[in-house]
Amino acid sequence: MMGSENDEESHLHSSKEEMEKLFLREDGDPLTKSNVNGDKSNSNYRSAMSTLFDSRHPSIVVTPADSDPLFAPPSYYSESRSPRSKPNGGDRVSSYLEPPSYADVIFSPFDDISEINGSEDGHSQSSDSLSRSPSSLSSDYIKITVSNPQKEQEATNSMIPGGSTYITYQITTRTNLSDYGGSEFSVRRRFRDIVTLADRLAESYRGFCIPPRPDKSVVESQVMQKQEFVEQRRVALEKYLRRLVAHPVIRNSDELKVFLQAQGKLPLATSTDVASRMLDGAVKLPKQLFGEGGGASSVEVVQPGRGGRDFLRMFKELRQSVSNDWGGSKPPVVEEDKEFLEKKEKMYDLEQQIIDASQQAESLVKAQQDMGETMGELGLAFIKLTKFENEEAVFNSQRARANDMKNLATSAVKASRFYRELNSQTVKHLDTLHDYLGLMMAVQGAFADRSSALLTVQTLLSELSSLEARAEKLEVASSKVFGGDKSRIKKIEELKETIKVTEDSKNVAIREYEQIKENNWSEVERLDRERRADFLNMMKGFVANQVGYAEKIANVWTKVAEETRQYDRESS
Amino acid sequence: MESTTEQPRNISGSMQSPRSPSSQPYLSVSVTDPVKLGNGVQAYISYRVITKTNLPEYQGPEKIVIRRYSDFVWLRDRLFEKYKGIFIPPLPEKSAVEKFRFSAEFIEMRRAALDIFVNRIALHPELQQSEDLRTFLQADEETMDRFRFQETGIFKKPADLMQMFRDVQSKVSDAVLGKEKPVEETTADYEKLKHYIFELENHLAEAQKHAYRLVKRHRELGQSLLDFGKAVKLLGACEGEPTGKAFSDLGTKSELLSIKLQKEAQQVLMNFEEPLKDYVRYVQSIKATIAERGTAFKQHCELAETTKLKEINLDKLMLTRSDKVGEAEIEYREIKAESEEATRRFERIVKRMEEEIVRFQEQKTEEMGVAFHQFAKGQARLANSVADAWRSLLPKLEASSTV
Repeated sequence: MMGSENDEESHLHSSKEEMEKLFLREDGDPLTKSNVNGDKSNSNYRSAMSTLFDSRHPSIVVTPADSDPLFAPPSYYSESRSPRSKPNGGDRVSSYLEPPSYADVIFSPFDDISEINGSEDGHSQSSDSLSRSPSSLSSDYIKITVSNPQKEQEATNSMIPGGSTYITYQITTRTNLSDYGGSEFSVRRRFRDIVTLADRLAESYRGFCIPPRPDKSVVESQVMQKQEFVEQRRVALEKYLRRLVAHPVIRNSDELKVFLQAQGKLPLATSTDVASRMLDGAVKLPKQLFGEGGGASSVEVVQPGRGGRDFLRMFKELRQSVSNDWGGSKPPVVEEDKEFLEKKEKMYDLEQQIIDASQQAESLVKAQQDMGETMGELGLAFIKLTKFENEEAVFNSQRARANDMKNLATSAVKASRFYRELNSQTVKHLDTLHDYLGLMMAVQGAFADRSSALLTVQTLLSELSSLEARAEKLEVASSKVFGGDKSRIKKIEELKETIKVTEDSKNVAIREYEQIKENNWSEVERLDRERRADFLNMMKGFVANQVGYAEKIANVWTKVAEETRQYDRESS
Repeated sequence: MESTTEQPRNISGSMQSPRSPSSQPYLSVSVTDPVKLGNGVQAYISYRVITKTNLPEYQGPEKIVIRRYSDFVWLRDRLFEKYKGIFIPPLPEKSAVEKFRFSAEFIEMRRAALDIFVNRIALHPELQQSEDLRTFLQADEETMDRFRFQETGIFKKPADLMQMFRDVQSKVSDAVLGKEKPVEETTADYEKLKHYIFELENHLAEAQKHAYRLVKRHRELGQSLLDFGKAVKLLGACEGEPTGKAFSDLGTKSELLSIKLQKEAQQVLMNFEEPLKDYVRYVQSIKATIAERGTAFKQHCELAETTKLKEINLDKLMLTRSDKVGEAEIEYREIKAESEEATRRFERIVKRMEEEIVRFQEQKTEEMGVAFHQFAKGQARLANSVADAWRSLLPKLEASSTV
């Protein structure tokens, strides 16, 4: 996105001005534009909120003084508008600047990083911390842009007449990580590829809080205008990919690297049936545990599995889970369950509160929006009145009144603009709440991985014990037959073979479960830490925003109060 | 009929400096202490009307009477009848949404409007000398009831009916004035004035509509800040420190600002929207006066016509030395007197209106100026307290994020 690129460059060159301003950049911002045109911004703000700020992290980004939104000439207030001169607060710029100490702190590195990478790691002061500058050598940097949607036709075989069309998106990566072949490259991917990527990651990173991918949105794709839908999807894809690279573990995954870099058709397997996905998982288990990297290598194609066994296991697990639910045999692996359950419940509560808060945030945004609109309409009504009085004036008292009205009207219009600007930025800040709803889903996924791994262990354990019981029975029966029971002995041997394999599987499953538990724990820790920091940042941004614009609005009205000083009738 | 040759005295009222020396004539009125009387459908509000004056026509330096809304309506109707050409100050609307009728805010707003109404009359150089005003300010309650009853005949709800008549009259006069009637003034200045008044009403009504909406927006923003604050506090309860405390502080501030917004909403309603409404009512009152002027003009023209005809007739008869001359002469004299009276009435209306327009414009500039000033002050005050409240959070948030 060109806009963000400019952001970066200008940020590099205008550090001094950065210190002075606290407001998010607006130029080229779709929400601003739609607000400016005054069209149905109310109905669009929800979708706009998701289309807006790409990075999940709503840091307080700087604008150089020149690009203060105050200067951007809106097209809609053309009626009797005084020529755009120095902004109303021009001579009082310092009034909405924070004292230097605050400004210094605000522009600590993590804000900048987060703006660029949506990084959740921003707070670490270590050398790992990311800087915004691509030329900085000592730090890692990876930035993803999704752009340029294009229609393409599916290559058909002669069986299917015509081809269905689909959209591909250009995914551009800029990075200085050594794992990648270059510093900038692009690929074309379609939505299906994203689904594949997400599925592969889900298998390879069990127990991790993997950011949820954008919805398939079948209904929306029918209902919305094609262009709008494609744009919405483009933004969602960008957000998703940026979150992926922000994740400290997932960003190193092979699947992701392949996705971002491999030209041509995406060489990740796309099988979608549950069974073979299970097979994928089963094949990968040993690799993961014995440290052969995070997942499938780029060209490996999954072999069809080990046959009936795994299907059988799936059914057994189902039965096991049923028996678990109905209070059957107590699963042996229970110890930390309590702590886990507590954590799970806490997460659920948190999610509910985030939902609630984000709903109220939407209401707040709407109310601010309405305030701005009505203030503007009031201003316009008075402008009309002013014009009228001036045209029809017979008495000086009329002219005086027209003049007073004009002051009020222009100030109301100014205040209206400020409300709307405030609002578009409030949206960006409070969007953090919406973002975390998505991440709470990721946490649920991670917990679900743990539960299913536990189920596998329990299934294997119970299978093992039933196999051993059978073996024992056979041995007892066999020992009663004098001279040995050839058929039984053979059976016993076979059983013992099976038991050994099952024993191995059980051990693998236990190790997998333990690993997932660890992943869970560290992920939740990380998420808690980052969420708290992100929320603090959100609050800072939101509050600083409110302060800044409230001051601007106060200035506007103070001026009018000054100009109408002669009408002050309050007894002192 | 009220004498109009008396010089208007320079009587100061409660709207001007209250510190005038006691030798100066003054008449100051206040409408206070609204009290709900009666039950159910019959319930109404009564007000204390306190008059302080040193005018000889009044009984003593201070007089307190109890009045209700329909008494004010009576006064206004009487003045409208007797002082044609003068823009009689408007009254606040009678009907209100039933459940709102006895809310504290509505009662207060009405009381304030009634206070302004009486004081405007007390300050008007001609109206202040009205006998009906004196009755209104001094008569005991039974006398007042009788007066009111007499005026409106057998109708139980005189105020409503009178209001209906006013509305119809105003509508009729609109229709009348809109059409091309032969018997109408066509001076350019007057045309301009009429056009101005009619257009003005439209513009003002629109401004007032948006002002009212703005009040609502304040209330809505206040409500959403309250809800947001609550939700954020609950969210904070789920989080550990320092985020939890930060959310809690944020929520508290949000709730605090919600209260300020509700307060400002009320201020905007009383000090900005209400004056605009009053402005609209004033313009409607002027329209009623314009209608009166039209009627007076018509009468003046018609009687002048008739007089001329009678004169011609008389001359004819005199020439023919008819014995009907005596009769005709009497008729002629009578008609002439009536015509002269009609002309005088009309001209008085014209003169009054000329003065009234000047007063009106000046008064409105003053009143609107005050309204704008108060609005601006209120908005500035609100914005500053919003800024202050949020600003106070910043150091704490800073401290939290560097932990």
